Amino acid sequence: MSDNPAFEQIESEINENDVVLFMKGTPVFPQCGFSAAVVQVLNHVGVPFKGINVLEDMGVREGIKEYSSWPTIPQLYIKGEFIGGCDIVREMFETGELSQAFTDKGVELQEA
Amino acid sequence: MPMSQGDIENFIKEALPDAEVVINDLRGDGDHYAAFVKSAEFKGKSRVQQHQMVYKALQGRMGNELHALALQTAVPEDGE
Repeated sequence: MSDNPAFEQIESEINENDVVLFMKGTPVFPQCGFSAAVVQVLNHVGVPFKGINVLEDMGVREGIKEYSSWPTIPQLYIKGEFIGGCDIVREMFETGELSQAFTDKGVELQEA
Repeated sequence: MPMSQGDIENFIKEALPDAEVVINDLRGDGDHYAAFVKSAEFKGKSRVQQHQMVYKALQGRMGNELHALALQTAVPEDGE
């Protein structure tokens, strides 16, 4: 595993929280359209999640891209597994695969 | 320096020669595109892996020169 110092922080976040969204801004004040779109999907599906504002930490902002070998933000993790960015989360939402993924991984959805 | 539609298509086709590539310029600023990529190379790969293959084809430009690429991938039906 790479000796990127941010990896430790990333791994603790994704292992300690069922659902983690690395994003630009916060769930209440997203600062990027793509991040906002994923927040909207997660709120719609009714799943609690931890938003991590990568704009506050350049190490995490770059480290997360190396960690998942995914070049952009936002990035969604469920139970430590990288699910995808905005396109994939939106596509999964539209096909119902996203709710299924949460259920399969034992993440409870709150009825809206 | 932003990327042109043709550049994106060439990079993808260089890495995925059989790919059918459709690119839409979302804002005309050379920075925000949507792309549809269909290739037999995606067969058996997850969506994340398919998208990573396209990003790899762009040789590090994704997230740098190219700010946004709304990506959709597909696998050709058998016999297509």
